[in-house]
This record gives sequence, structure tokens and C-alpha cells, in this order.
Amino acid sequence: MNAPALRFDRVSMEFPGVKALQEVSFAVRAGSIHALMGENGAGKSTLLKILSGAYRPTTGTIAIDGETHAFRSTGDALNAGVAVIYQELHLVPEMTVAENLFLGHLPQRLGWVNRRELARAARRQLELIGETIDPDTKVGRLPLAQRQMVEIAKALTRGARIIAFDEPTSSLSDREVRRLFAIIRDLRARGCAILYVSHRMEEIFELCDEITILRDGLHVATSELKTLTRDQVVRQMVGRDLATVYHYTPHPAGGPGLSVKGLFGPGLTEPCTFAARAGEIFGFFGLVGAGRSELLRLIFGAEQKTAGSVTICDDVIAVRSPRDAIAAGLVLCPEDRKKDGIVPVRSVLENINLSARRRKARGGVVIDETWEQSNARQRIEQLRVRTPSAQQLIRNLSGGNQQKVILGRWLSETVRVILLDEPTRGIDVGAKSEIYAIMRTLARDGVCVIMVSSELPEVLGVADRIAVMREGKIAAILDRADATEEGLLRLALPLEAARAS
Amino acid sequence: MANDTSAPPRKPIADFLDRAGMLVVLAILFTGCSLFVENFFSLANMRGLALSVSMTGMVACTMLFCLAAGDFDLSIGSVVACSGVIAAVVMNKTNSITLGVLSALTLGATVGLTNGYIVAKLRINALITTLATMQIVRGCALIACGGVAVGIQREDFFVLGNSSVLGVPTPVWITVACFTVFGLVLNRTVFGRDTLAVGGNAEAAHLAGIPVVRVKIAIFTLQGLMAAFAGIVLASKYTSGQPNALTAFELDVISACVLGGVSLTGGVGSMAFVIAGVLIMGIVQNAMNLLNVDSFYQYVARGSILLAAVLFDRWKRRKQSA
Repeated sequence: MNAPALRFDRVSMEFPGVKALQEVSFAVRAGSIHALMGENGAGKSTLLKILSGAYRPTTGTIAIDGETHAFRSTGDALNAGVAVIYQELHLVPEMTVAENLFLGHLPQRLGWVNRRELARAARRQLELIGETIDPDTKVGRLPLAQRQMVEIAKALTRGARIIAFDEPTSSLSDREVRRLFAIIRDLRARGCAILYVSHRMEEIFELCDEITILRDGLHVATSELKTLTRDQVVRQMVGRDLATVYHYTPHPAGGPGLSVKGLFGPGLTEPCTFAARAGEIFGFFGLVGAGRSELLRLIFGAEQKTAGSVTICDDVIAVRSPRDAIAAGLVLCPEDRKKDGIVPVRSVLENINLSARRRKARGGVVIDETWEQSNARQRIEQLRVRTPSAQQLIRNLSGGNQQKVILGRWLSETVRVILLDEPTRGIDVGAKSEIYAIMRTLARDGVCVIMVSSELPEVLGVADRIAVMREGKIAAILDRADATEEGLLRLALPLEAARAS
Repeated sequence: MANDTSAPPRKPIADFLDRAGMLVVLAILFTGCSLFVENFFSLANMRGLALSVSMTGMVACTMLFCLAAGDFDLSIGSVVACSGVIAAVVMNKTNSITLGVLSALTLGATVGLTNGYIVAKLRINALITTLATMQIVRGCALIACGGVAVGIQREDFFVLGNSSVLGVPTPVWITVACFTVFGLVLNRTVFGRDTLAVGGNAEAAHLAGIPVVRVKIAIFTLQGLMAAFAGIVLASKYTSGQPNALTAFELDVISACVLGGVSLTGGVGSMAFVIAGVLIMGIVQNAMNLLNVDSFYQYVARGSILLAAVLFDRWKRRKQSA
């Protein structure tokens, strides 16, 4: 039998404090669509980055058609016929479709770009995938779905035979998904080996031939998809009973916590109203772009509201900036930790004390170093932050520990309401259940906990009540007892009418 | 880049060199010059050396804040010159030292405030903003005095730049005081820590309740004030306001800071290293003068040192993240 088109052989990848991948081995056949599934933090993106040449594995190899490769750069991977198509596309928006397709090897005559040849070649490439975009259009003017098509055409232009897709449908409409699937099937028919990463179970079962499941950086199984049921896949992904991860325990909610009335501003399509009680864990579910993060930012004052009011424990508070919010006991752990949460070049200690130090400073001016030291030590202990010392730069910590530091920053303040935007994104399962435990403790101490999450099992497993957001508004608020996976999804999906337009 | 890196167990010597960095270079350079450059290690030369770095030293204090916050300021050379001219003109017109000094400081604060407002509030790039104010202010300096140096009539004003206390020139004392005060401000005050946080990640700082815009405006204003103050000291030393003084001064100051390991992307910087940077630049210049190196070659040497320092820093960081 021939060697498989792509083979991972005992690939391991270690980051400080995290084993992202441990001896992962599996093969992808030519002419097949191979699903790669796993929870966030299971190691899927690390594996794709290794495949694309962006990371070099700590140990292990990749073989293409039986030949071992050690990619030193993304260029090496491209030359070996590998293309990885990411969620955020790698196209130059200011250049035309044709230029993007041939970026790096434009047809030329004596150093001048041969425009006519370029247009002709581009049109030919686009026709191969049944696309009729004018090659002279600027990529920035194309809708997202078409840009994705350009990315696929670009991969084919470079002669890619191994194509990996990273959550390609996350922002496509139904019709666009159909188109994409037709093209992927066509690629399979032409003998390409496809690696398909997605969270969407229905897509996987509809499209893929085989499936590999990763969990906590370990290879769990590679099987024919036909032989598996949905439940089996979920069980392999989670690897334990969901209840033990979330540890939900019913607890009595207290008095009024956060009450939001008619709040409106950028990113929303309708004024939002809801009330969460002290001691309650209130979940927000919705698809990416449904306006959940925007709503949190409006409440926190990071974005200016145009209407509505925010009440905490019956006090109406005027929040014009995060500073006002923090002073009122309202804090936010942002979705993108690296971009909005941590100050990467500073120490764990400074990141913990970033906010509270101004209230502890002598005369509001001079830092109280004794307090800073003891507060940092206390938070590191309390939240079990794994760091060699408080002086360690925070960027050297794993995602879960960075998140704990940000939580520690807020626990140093007097918190009445905590807004958590995707608190466990990109965090391994162990750290996840620690974060859930912290949330439960906060709720028990009477804090009103608001959590945004895109993960259905997480929302269902953690929250007392769940608000579903859809297209910039709150579609429904459900009690835990009334919420089911299907029900939440149905509420979260855009209405068919809106989709067609 | 926020690469995931960890500090592997390192040898103590390597670790020390890493921490001490430019301080070690400074020590070696100083010892080397003392041993091999004639007249270097003499009282007169030490005094001259200290005096020659006093201007750069003063302004480097506030430039450290500016760079640590992730911005920079090109207008300082012009502010130094213009404030000197304004001080001279006002003093001659009113015969009051106080009014002269106050008007120079007002000018510096105004320019700084303007820079800060445009950069922080209107979010215009600091390079462009201060490139513009640099030219505007230099122009104003020339306009205010018609292009020729203004001799100052009040002789008691010259004390500031030309006296000595305990055998050390007054400007050097001032610089030492600035190093101390601003070093403490950076490390021990909320403002100083906020500065580093803003430079390290402005959005995270904003979401942690740090008044980012206010911090930045304060930094630029301080920078303007400091440059104006340096201009007053310089005018006193020269006994006149010189509209053409200190062209390319901003580049010297930024070079010294970068040599002292201040990151141009913000968030990293310490006063001790900036002092080292200032002294290294000063010593190299001084030694070259003593060795009679042609001033044309001095430019080449200074540029090469700066480039070497930056490359060394990059190499060190690569090694750490490998």
C-alpha cells in the first residue's frame, strides 16, 4: 500500500508549563477528508501551526508521501505542498484578487509584472473552484466567504495537495457553507488530502471520512467516522463525565446584583435589558458576532453607551470609563487576554496589582511595596497560579495561569459584579475546572458573576440562568432547568430570513 | 512578541551579565579609557565629561518616561533652544529673571501639553506629531530673536550654568537630582508604574482603570517642562539664548535611552540603565576628543555603537526565547 499523503509521527510540542502536544501520531490519506476535533486547548491549533511550518515541534516528524520533512518556515511547508487556511485569512486587502493569488511569484517579464498574463492565470485558477470573481477586484472589498474562496484558490495555485482548514465555516452563512463543502469534496475527488478542524458536529458527520480526536495534547483515537456516533465523539473529546468538570451545585441567589435597563450602543441592534442577582452565575450564550462582548464592554464603560442605565445592588451608577466601573465594584476579564488583559512585558506581581495599587498607594501617589508584595503572594496562593515567582514576566505563563492573574487583579479590589468574557478560551481542562471553582466561590461570597461563552456545554454546565444573544440583541433568557443544547442553538442561530438577505 | 518563553536554569555569571547588561559595558569602557586614554582619568576631564552629559542626562530622564509609555518626542531639541531664546528675550525686555524663567517654562509646558493632547487624545502618531512641533518650535525660536543669538544682560543669571558646588558644576548637580527624582517616580509611584503599564499594553491598562490619556498627556507635559528647564540652564551657561543650539539633540537623547535598554515598543526601562546609556555615549565622545579623532569619524563611531547595542539586545532576547 502507498504511504499516506500526510503522516504525523510522534509529534510533541512543549511550551513552558504546558505540554501542548504529546507524541501525537496519525495519518491522513490522499483523497480523503479527515476531521480533527478536540476541545479548546486540546492541541488542534498547535498541530496546524506545526503543519504550516509556523512552529517547529519539540520532537517528532511530519512525513509527506512517506518522505520525512522538517519545516523550518512556512515557506518550506508551502513548497512541500501544504496549505493551511486559517480563520483569519492571510490575504493583503489592498491588493487585487489576482495579485493575492500569485503573491510572491507574480508572472513577470524582465522584472515587470505581466498584467495580462496575471489576469488570465488568475481567472483560470478561480474557474477551477467555480468562482467568478473579477480578478482585478481589491480583496478588501470582497465579502468574507469570497475571500475564503480566494484563499483556497491561492493554495491550489501553489500546487498544494495537503490542505488544512481551521474552522472555515465559523462566519459563513448556510448557502456559503454549501458552496465550500462542494469545493472541499471536489478537492477530495482530485486526490487532495484534507484536514478539517471544526467544532460543529453536524458538519463533521456530513463532510468527513475519518476523524482524529485530541484531548489535552494527547491523541485519543483515529477512526472511520461511519463507525462512530455523535455521543461517542463527544465522550472521546471530553474524556470524562461533564458533570465532574463543571461541578454544578445549586446555590441560593441573593439580593439584587447587576441590573441593566435599555442599554444600547455600538455593536447592538436593540436595547438590552436583564437583571442578574448577587450570588448568581448568569451566562450569555451566542454565536461569534452576536454582540455579547460588545454588551459587556458597554456595561463596563469600555465603549460609550448611547442609552440605558446600569444598576449595581440598587445603586444606579454612571459608568463613563472602566475606571468608573471599577470604582463601583464592576470589573471585566476581557475575551482576548493577550490583547486586552495582560501587560506581557511586566511581572506577575505588577499585573496582579495593576488596578488596586492606586487605592493602596500612600497619599494616592507613592506605591506601598509591602502591600504589593503581600497581595501578590496572597492571590498567587489563593488562585494557585503556577509561576516560579511573583517577579516572573506574565507572558511566560500558560493561558490558564494568565487568566488566574487577571482574576487575581480583580479579587484585589472590592468586587460586586464580575464580567467574564470567554473565561476559559484556550485553557486546558485542568485549569478550566479551577476557573469554574473560582467562579462558584465568588458567587457563594455574594458576587454577581456574568459569564459569556461560546461553548454550549460550558454555559449549560456552569450558569444558573442563560441569556441567548442573536444578532446584537437578547433573544431569550432561560432558567437552567429549561435550557437544552438544541434549544439554545435554535435561539442563537440567525433567522432564515435575515440569512438570505 | 508575546512568545511563550521561560527562563531556563542559567549559570550565575550569565545571569549577572544579563541583569547588569549595560552597567558592565560601562564599567569596562570606563576602566579601559582610564588605562589607555591619556588625560582621561583626571579631575579636569571628569568634570568636563560630567558637564558634557548633563544636558542629555536631564532630558533623558523624561524621555525615559516617554519611551516607556510607548511614545517618543522629537521636539525636545527645539524646545531647549526656543526656551533659551525666550528666557533671554523676556529677561532683557523686563529685566526680571523670574519672568524670563517662567515664560520659558510656560513655553515648554505648552508645547508638551500640545504634543500630549494630539498624541493621546486625538491618537495621532507621536513621530509625526513631534516631528511637526519640532519644526514649528525651532521656527518660533528663530522668529523670536530674528535668527541671531540673544546675549543676556542680567549677569546674576549666569550663576546657574557656570557655578560649582563642592567642586562639581551646578548643572551636574541638577542632573544628578533629576536622575534621583525621576528614578524614584518611575519605580515608587503609581504614575511611574502606570507609565510602564501603558507602554506595555495600553488597552489592558485602560481596562484596568488606568487613565491612559491623562498619563500620556502628563508625560509629554513633563517632557516639555524638562526640556525648557534644560534650555534655561543652557542659556545661563552660554550667557545667551541660541536659536540654533542643539540640533539633533533629540537623537542623542533617544540613542542614550535605547543604549540603556529602554524598549522602543514601550513597557520596559529603568533609570540605572538610562544613566549607563548617557554615560557610555558621553565617555565615547570624550575619549574620541582626547584621542583627537576627527569629528567626521565620531559620527560613524556613535552610530555604530548604537546599532551594536540594539543588535546585542535583539540577540540576547533571541537567545532567551530559543
